[in-house]
Amino acid sequence: MPDQLLFGMEVFLNGLMAGVLYALVALGFVLIYKASGIFNYAQGVMALFAAMTLVGIMEGRVPFSHLINAVFGSNVHHFGWHLPAVVGIVLTVGVMVLLAWLVNALIMKHLVNQEPIILFMATIGLAYFMEGLGDLMWGADIKKLDVGLPQGINGTIDQITFDAFGYGFFIDNLDIWATIIAIVLVASLMVFSQYTKQGRALRAVADDHQAALSVGISLNFIWVLVWSIAGFVALVAGIMWGAKSGVQFSLSLIALKALPVLMLGGFTSIPGAIVGGLIIGVGEKMFEFAIGPMVGGATENWFAYVLALLFLVFRPQGLFGEKIIERV
Amino acid sequence: MFYREAGEFKTSYVDDNQTFPIRFDRWRYYAVLAVAFLVVPFFINDYWANAVLLPFLIYSIAAIGLNILVGYCGQVSLGTGGFMAVGAYATYKLMTAFPEVNLFFHVLLAGGITAIVGVLFGLPSLRIKGFYLAVATLAAQFFLVWLFNRVPWFYNYSASGQINAPERTLFGHAISGPASEPWAVYLFCLVFTVGSAIIARNLTRGTQGRKWMAIRDMDIAAEIIGVNPLTSKLTAFAVSSFFVGIAGALFFAVYLGAVEVGEVYGINKSFLVLFMIIIGGLGSIFGSFAGAAFLVLLPVFLKNLLVGTLGWPTDLAAHLELMIVGLLIIVFLIAEPHGIAQLWRVTKEKLRLWPFPH
Repeated sequence: MPDQLLFGMEVFLNGLMAGVLYALVALGFVLIYKASGIFNYAQGVMALFAAMTLVGIMEGRVPFSHLINAVFGSNVHHFGWHLPAVVGIVLTVGVMVLLAWLVNALIMKHLVNQEPIILFMATIGLAYFMEGLGDLMWGADIKKLDVGLPQGINGTIDQITFDAFGYGFFIDNLDIWATIIAIVLVASLMVFSQYTKQGRALRAVADDHQAALSVGISLNFIWVLVWSIAGFVALVAGIMWGAKSGVQFSLSLIALKALPVLMLGGFTSIPGAIVGGLIIGVGEKMFEFAIGPMVGGATENWFAYVLALLFLVFRPQGLFGEKIIERV
Repeated sequence: MFYREAGEFKTSYVDDNQTFPIRFDRWRYYAVLAVAFLVVPFFINDYWANAVLLPFLIYSIAAIGLNILVGYCGQVSLGTGGFMAVGAYATYKLMTAFPEVNLFFHVLLAGGITAIVGVLFGLPSLRIKGFYLAVATLAAQFFLVWLFNRVPWFYNYSASGQINAPERTLFGHAISGPASEPWAVYLFCLVFTVGSAIIARNLTRGTQGRKWMAIRDMDIAAEIIGVNPLTSKLTAFAVSSFFVGIAGALFFAVYLGAVEVGEVYGINKSFLVLFMIIIGGLGSIFGSFAGAAFLVLLPVFLKNLLVGTLGWPTDLAAHLELMIVGLLIIVFLIAEPHGIAQLWRVTKEKLRLWPFPH
């Protein structure tokens, strides 16, 4: 096989893996959007915050240590323990649930019935707040996150492809694990929303708030639940991205990458988020591979948006979105 | 007592249609203008100009521009940073290509070029609405920044990839470049700000503004009563981009002097200007000024308080600033979704009745 084709296939596979991660972030958006009509811009920052909290808890850092030291002139940094990843993850989930509850009690409850754009702006405010809070709590340095997932080139795939084509594909173990975890996560979310009582309630709320209220479903509880789930998804995404490239500010920018994914797939569709993520992941990697060198590279910055933009002109509701019907 | 329309008799349509129908308002407006033009230039120094006044004036123009698009026409845009970059690079190319032409015209032309680019990126608004449009404008943001970063023609093949404003003078006083005088730069920006505000104010209360507002309130209904959505939306994009382009041009040419596009005109700039109009008030020219003033002054104030008075490290202050800005946005949205402009309106209503509220 010609080299270009082989490289292309490798890029394709890597794009697929990246797409899974985009889909993971997009999933968090879709969950909240479906259940409460809120377009949660803070999803990316939630991933960052979750990853920071996980690192902080695992390494036993003292929250707000910089602030405390600056105010009281003390010198505290570490509690001096190192927790295993599982304990850290459980505690972080606790923090995210607490956060979900706070967000609902302090912000979203007061904004019920506002226009969607106001809610969107509120989540931008929330994103700024949490960005500052995360940095203030755990410091702004780039942190290493290691939860014990294998990293580095996958030897088996390298060997098999080398035997088959005479060229070993470079596929990161971490990406493979991310894909598996994402599939498990999506499957369990599907099962949760199809077969459990709370899942049904969640779908009912997504369908019609008032009807759900009238049959006795507590909106408040469902919203806290949804934000908690979104927080959990954010944590998973944060772990994956954090393990890949360190826990740092740029992690929150994956939210921006998830937006075109959503537009492509439709805001209201979980399968849409996944398919959209894969299309964007593969598309931008292939574009960078094929066209990028001709126009100066780094096309990944904008390719997804332009693709989504062109796509929307022909199909405004996205691939799987509900058809937009306007009434006067 | 002083603030009321009682006793003011309008005898002509011109009188009746003036921007400030109440005498007190009118005098206040003249007083502000007089102070801004005649008093401030004599007392201005480098610190005040660079930390407070210039950013305030320039961001006000950008906020007015964005407010026309978002507040009046209802088309949410997250591409402000990208359009500001267009203004900046257009000025740079014009400044270096035609050194003999005055900077004033370069800035205006840069606004015009930005308007054309804005219309191009506004075209999808005819098909896409709401969030989808907001995200679609991100395409403009990222594509434009990438373009200016990667195509060497835009930065004249300079080795650093930066653009630097050469020195230009107006009436013999340097207004760009390292030797510029603060008072001259201030006046130069002030002219643009006041001009923009007057044009925007009159556009928005005229036919065009009403068309925009009709589109904002309900585009289908507006179409049925005879407002052309194509021209209305595209003019909104054009006018808005024109102002934003001027702001970007001034930001580069006279304020910063040297620009690295990804840093200065990144997505954060888009959000910053958006926050200004949310906090200031959507659909209000005064709100644009108030929001710009608020978000320019807040960091300066916090920095002086935390770093200067309390002696905290700068990075802590920066984190706290982020938190406070985020919190303020949420508080404003909950307590007063219409922003500072609404507070001002309420105050005026109260003033009218004062001191006998019943």
